[in-house]
Amino acid sequence: MKILVCISQVPDTTAKISFKEGNTVFNTDGVQFIMNPYDEWYALVRALEIKESQGGSVTVINVGPAENETVIRKALAIGADDAIRVNAVSSSALFIAKQIAEVAKAAQYDIVFTGKETINFNRSEVGAMIAEYLDQPYISYATHLDLQGKTATIVREIEGGSETLEVDTPFVISAAKGLAEQRIPNMKGIMTAKKKTLKVVEPIAFDDISFPVRYELPPSKAGVKLLDADNMEELVRLLHEEAKAI
Amino acid sequence: MDVINEKVNTITSKAKEDRFQGHDYYQIDELLQDEHLLAREAVREWVKSEVSPIIEQYAEKSKCPTHLFKGLAEIGAFGPSLPVEYGGGGMDEMAYGIIMQELERGDSGIRSMASVQGSLVMYPIYKYGSEEQRRKYLPKLGSGEFIGCFGLTEPDHGSNPSGMTTNLKDDGDAYILNGAKMWITNSPVADVAVVWAKDEEGKVRGVIVERGMKGFSTPEIHGKWSLRASVTGELVFEDVRVPKYNVLPNIASLRGPLSCLSKARYGISWGAIGAAMDCYDSALRYSKERIQFDRPIGQFQLTQKKLAEMITEITKAQLLAWRLGTLANKGKATPAQISMAKRNNVEMALKVAREARQIHGGMGITSEYPIMRHMMNLESVVTYEGTHDVHLLITGMDITGLNAFA
Ligand SMILES: Cc1cc2nc3c(=O)[nH]c(=O)nc-3n(C[C@H](O)[C@H](O)[C@H](O)COP(=O)(O)OP(=O)(O)OC[C@H]3O[C@@H](n4cnc5c(N)ncnc54)[C@H](O)[C@@H]3O)c2cc1C
Repeated sequence: MKILVCISQVPDTTAKISFKEGNTVFNTDGVQFIMNPYDEWYALVRALEIKESQGGSVTVINVGPAENETVIRKALAIGADDAIRVNAVSSSALFIAKQIAEVAKAAQYDIVFTGKETINFNRSEVGAMIAEYLDQPYISYATHLDLQGKTATIVREIEGGSETLEVDTPFVISAAKGLAEQRIPNMKGIMTAKKKTLKVVEPIAFDDISFPVRYELPPSKAGVKLLDADNMEELVRLLHEEAKAI
Repeated sequence: MDVINEKVNTITSKAKEDRFQGHDYYQIDELLQDEHLLAREAVREWVKSEVSPIIEQYAEKSKCPTHLFKGLAEIGAFGPSLPVEYGGGGMDEMAYGIIMQELERGDSGIRSMASVQGSLVMYPIYKYGSEEQRRKYLPKLGSGEFIGCFGLTEPDHGSNPSGMTTNLKDDGDAYILNGAKMWITNSPVADVAVVWAKDEEGKVRGVIVERGMKGFSTPEIHGKWSLRASVTGELVFEDVRVPKYNVLPNIASLRGPLSCLSKARYGISWGAIGAAMDCYDSALRYSKERIQFDRPIGQFQLTQKKLAEMITEITKAQLLAWRLGTLANKGKATPAQISMAKRNNVEMALKVAREARQIHGGMGITSEYPIMRHMMNLESVVTYEGTHDVHLLITGMDITGLNAFA
């Protein structure tokens, strides 16, 4: 299996979020970045498991500036064979999908993995757009993937349940929690990653069709409510009526 | 009801979650390579998933989480700067320091497990051992199949190891080893011990003693209020026959153990920063969350003074460690420079822990927070691998040329 895994760089979950230039641009000052967890923990690891059991190769791809190379090296340290960075700065899903599809078209992968969403923009768009550009089936929110030859059996999350379907390679799939388990790279992996190929390619020209107008922060959180430990009914009522969590 | 239980469980586990974030006030990260940043992130993730959830319980019970030896090996924490073909990681000294920092951020005892294995057991076998000894022991130590310990200190000879009485007598194809070592990290669980003893000429030799050799025992030392998650014991030798091919051939002086200690102390000078950062990180967060007199305690000038001084001292220690790492990478870090960094950074960490404990108020004395554990751990760290005062005298000797020990 020849596999491509799309990885993106996102702010660390503890980062303080703010915007600049009239709330049109995310302010990266003092922000630490990590690999998008859905890409790292589920997409990449499942891809590696497939390679380990059936042979083949795993390439990771990122559309981003040179600063993203630490995160790309991490993917190589976890076990990807090589990497491609498309040298462009953009947060447009369509632009990113177009660039990835361009690379994927030439190299003909059996499976293209993405995470089910990035934890910063939460758009869940890139995978579907890549599939459309490649004219391949797209399976989103996958929690389970089995391969028999060219045929994959995939379980995907749907509201309140799951759906199982079959699809032949090539296809594009987005990974959700459950598809695999996080692997922490070890020092050996980190050192071997230094020697793996990280190819930088220039983006193809592309006119975007949508642009962010403004970002807003959610209203600040209300204080914590403390309840008596025995007062389960009130807890249930608050979770249901106020927090709307259950 | 299940749904509710699940929600309640996530809420309580959230409260205990290890929310540590690194602190880099002077953007020292810019001076590091990708591999250093990745190593730090990997070890931090490992500590968050394997150490933080269990460490308070093990420390409270004074039990060593021996299952972590395997995990430490898998992540690559044993001898990271030794060559790959001998079970090491092939990394530089900076990476080694950073790994120690992250381990000690979790717990000084866990860092001690790794320091001893890598710097005090693997390093002397690599540096002074025969090729045969290297091949026999290093891969097994690197993979965690063997646990090692290092025996230098004796009941009557701590700061003055040159007075050691543990001795070797020639007996044909073997030496007969007699004596006792004290305060030995990992000894009760060790498979092999690198032991320093005097031969009949009075020269200090290193020997590899294996568990199971007749006359060799490793009683545990109980009642420690420090490094409670790391096991410490004695090494007792009663006419132990050690084959001559277990003697490290390439060293016959106190320089042997001292060079190992330099390696380990270098790691400690980084490790202490980890413990300090954990205390500071917790105190900083607590100061924003804890409300008294209708405002977060972090708004009071006296709390800010504590926090500001903590990050100032941490930053100074980071710069010292970074520079020492740069020198060590070039093979230019002197033992006296290492003494200065070990002494300064461990004392810094102890002070930060004490101030952080005050910021946490009463909560600071409980195991809800890592502060007391770090503070108690650091009392060992400030004593072992050369006491605080002994390191001062090393600096004193270095700058005056006059030996205060003589
Ligand atoms: C938890 C733990 C783990 C350890 N692990 C190991 C291990 O794995 N292997 C190993 O070999 N050792 C180990 N040690 C031993 C450690 O290195 C010694 O405790 C340390 O070297 C001090 O020796 P001592 O305890 O005998 O104290 P002493 O040497 O008796 O010192 C007592 C006090 O006298 C001071 N003092 C001594 N000499 C002088 C002097 N010339 N001038 C001024 N002051 C002086 C010291 O600074 C100290 O304050 C460990 C110790 C601890 C606590």
